[in-house]
Amino acid sequence: MKHRHLLGLKDYPADDIKSIIDTAFSFKEVLERPIKKVPSLNGKTIVNLFFENSTRTRISFELAQKRLSADTVNFSASTSSLKKGETFKDTAQNLEAMKIDAVVMRHPTPGAPLHLTKHIDSIVINAGDGTHEHPTQAILDMTSLYEKFGYLKGLKIAIIGDISHSRVALSNIYGLKTMGAEVTLCGPSTLIPPFIEDLGVKVNYNIDEVIDWADALNVLRIQRERMHGGFLPSIREYRNLFGITTERLSQHKKELVIMHPGPINRGVEIDSAVADSDQAIILNQVLNGVASRMAILYLLLGGKLGEGND
Amino acid sequence: MNLTKLKKQVHLSGGQILDPLAKTITKKDILIENGKIKAFGNVKTSKSVQKIDCKGLIITHGFCDLHVHFREPGREDKETLESGSMAALAGGFTRVCVMPNTNPPIDSPEVIRYIVDRSEECPIYIHPIGAITKGQKGNELTEMGAMLAEGAVAFSDDGLPVTDSAMMRNALAYGTMFDIPIINHAEDLCLKQDGVMHEGIVSTNLGLPSSPDLTESNMVHRDLSLTLLTGGRLHVPHVSSSKSLDHIRLSKKSNDKVTAEVTPHHLFFTDNDLQGFDTNLKVAPPIRTISDQKALVEAVKDGTLDCIATDHAPHTIEEKESTFDLAPFGMIGLESCFGAVNKVLVKENNLNLLNLVQLLTTKPRDIMGFNNNLLDIGVHAELTVLDPKEEWIFSREDIQSKSKNSPFVGQNMYGRIKFTINKGHISKL
Ligand SMILES: [Zn+2]
Repeated sequence: MKHRHLLGLKDYPADDIKSIIDTAFSFKEVLERPIKKVPSLNGKTIVNLFFENSTRTRISFELAQKRLSADTVNFSASTSSLKKGETFKDTAQNLEAMKIDAVVMRHPTPGAPLHLTKHIDSIVINAGDGTHEHPTQAILDMTSLYEKFGYLKGLKIAIIGDISHSRVALSNIYGLKTMGAEVTLCGPSTLIPPFIEDLGVKVNYNIDEVIDWADALNVLRIQRERMHGGFLPSIREYRNLFGITTERLSQHKKELVIMHPGPINRGVEIDSAVADSDQAIILNQVLNGVASRMAILYLLLGGKLGEGND
Repeated sequence: MNLTKLKKQVHLSGGQILDPLAKTITKKDILIENGKIKAFGNVKTSKSVQKIDCKGLIITHGFCDLHVHFREPGREDKETLESGSMAALAGGFTRVCVMPNTNPPIDSPEVIRYIVDRSEECPIYIHPIGAITKGQKGNELTEMGAMLAEGAVAFSDDGLPVTDSAMMRNALAYGTMFDIPIINHAEDLCLKQDGVMHEGIVSTNLGLPSSPDLTESNMVHRDLSLTLLTGGRLHVPHVSSSKSLDHIRLSKKSNDKVTAEVTPHHLFFTDNDLQGFDTNLKVAPPIRTISDQKALVEAVKDGTLDCIATDHAPHTIEEKESTFDLAPFGMIGLESCFGAVNKVLVKENNLNLLNLVQLLTTKPRDIMGFNNNLLDIGVHAELTVLDPKEEWIFSREDIQSKSKNSPFVGQNMYGRIKFTINKGHISKL
C-alpha cells in the first residue's frame, strides 16, 4: 500500500483500491463460513474514536475488527468537550500513550484525520470527516458494484441527492474516477458544490435522463434541516424532482442497481418498495462494508492472510 | 533579537540610503547623535562612536503598518504592546496602527488614552484606531471627536464589518468633519455563512464550508458607493479578491478619497496551500485563487493598491491547534513581511525595490497623515536597515510575537531586516 493511513480517496492509487476490493472478496468468503473469525490481527489494538454518533459505521468497523481477532476499544468523545477546553491534541496524545496500533476516527470537521496523524504515530483510518471524505464507504460501494458487475471501468454511476453536504459523494467521486467509472451527479442545484465538474464528473438536474443513462444509482440521504438554509423548499418538491419512487422507476423499463449508504429516509429520497426491491443491493452493501473494512484494516495493519486459517 | 539603547554617537557606515520620498538611492553614511540624525556623507566621529557596518545594506525609512492586532487590553496571553513592538522591530516596522477589536474594544476616549499612554514605554510608535461603533456592535457611533483628541488616527470595527448600510453611511459622513479614514472589514456575513475558506475547486476538494469572493467585493462596492455619496474617506483593508480590485480601480478614477491595502499573505499564498488543512492559513478574508493572487500583484504595480499592511493577528497555539472549524481566523505577519513581499513583488514580479519600500513607508504614512520627512538633519532616527537580497528560510526562531501562528514558517524568503533604529534604540537581528 502506498499510503500508511487511509484519510481519503483523493490521489489514492488504483492498484491499492483494487487490492482492497480483492481482499474484501476473500474476507467476504470468511464471513459466509460458520466460524467467521480469522486470527490475522491477533495482538493488534484498534481504537474507534467517534466524535459523532454513527452507530452503523462504528458497528461495521467493530465487527470487522473482531472478525480479524484485533482488540478494540470504543471511545466516544463529544465535540462539545473539545469546545469546553480539552483540546483535540490532548485526546490524540492520550490515545498515543495507550500504545495502540490504529485509530478509526469519525469527526465532524474536514481535515481532522490528517490533523490526527500529526499528533500520533498510529495508523489513522478516516471513518468520515464532516463534509470531506468517507473513504471506507466509497470502497464498500465500489466492492458492491464490482461484485454486481464484475468491472468498474466504464461503469455509469449516478449519485443522487445532497452532494454538497456529503462525504460519501466526494469519496465515491474520487474512487470511481480513479477506477475509470463515469459519474453523473443529480440533485438540487443548491446542493451541488461549485466547480465539482472539475473533478471529471457531469451534473444533470433531470432525474429521468440520469436514470436512462445510469447502470447504478447511489441514492443519498436527504436531511430535513437542509430546508432551513434555503437549500430546499420542501420534501414534496424534492420527491417530485429527484425522488427515486416506484412510479418513476416503473416508467423506465431497464435494469438498474440501486444503492444507498444508509440510514434510509424511507418515503423521502427513496420509496420503501424500491429500497426493498430486488434491484436494491443495500443490504449487500452492509455485509460488504464489514468485508471491505476487514480488508482495509488487514492491509494497513500488516496482517498475514492465511496464517492460522481454519 | 536584541534591543539596546543607542550610544551617544552612532555611525551607519558603508550603506546605501534609499530615500522613498526623494526617490533616490545613494551611497552615504549617516551620523546619529542623541537619537537624532546629525549628518550625512563623510561624517566626522569621535573615538567613542558606535560604528555599524552597513556594507551591502540598504538604509531607509522605518516601516509603517496600518493594520495590526496587539490584543491589548484583554488578550495579553496572545500579544501585548511590548511583545507586538518586538515583532514589529524584527520586521523593520517602527510605527503601527492597532486595531480596536480588543476586550474591551477601543471604543472610547479613555481606552484611546490608555493605549497612547502605554505605548510611550514601547520601543515603537503605536497609534490606536478607534472603533466605528460602540462595542463594535454596529448600533451607535463612537465619540470620534473626543477619541481623535486623545490620539486616535482612524476608525474601524475590524474583525467585523459594519453590516448596516445606514450606519456605514453615517460613519463616512461623520468622518468628513475630521478628514480621517474609515476602515471597513468588508465581508457580507450573510453570504459568508459558516465559510472558513474561499469557495472554489479547492474548498470542494476539501469539503470545507466556503464563501465566494463576492462576500468581499459586494461590500467593497457598497462602501465605495457610500464614499461618493457622503464625500467620506475610505480605506479598504486587506483586499483579497480580483473583483474587489476592479471596483476599487474604477472608483479611484473619479474619487481621490479611496485608498486600499494588501497583506503579505494574500500576495504570497493561494487557496491551493490549504490542501494540508493548516489552520494558520485560516484568515478573514480568506486566501484566494492563483488568479486573485496575480490580480493583487498587478494592482500593486498599477497603484490600485496603495500600501502593504500585515493584519498581524496573534492567536494562541492552543486555539490554532484545534480543528479547522474551531480555529480562529488570523495569522501573525510582522516578522515575515519584508522577506515575503520582496520575494513575490521584487524577485518574482520585477517591482522596483524603491516602489516596494514606498508601499511600506511613505504610502501608509500619507494615508494617516504621519510625518514622512525622516531622512533629514535633526529628525529622530526612525530607520530600517535591510539586506535586499539575502535568501533565507523563515523559522519559529525568527518570531518575536507572543504567538506563533505563522504559515510562513519553513517558507523561502528573499531579503531580510538587519537593524531597526527607533526611539533611541537599535534592534539587531
Ligand atoms: Zn479585518
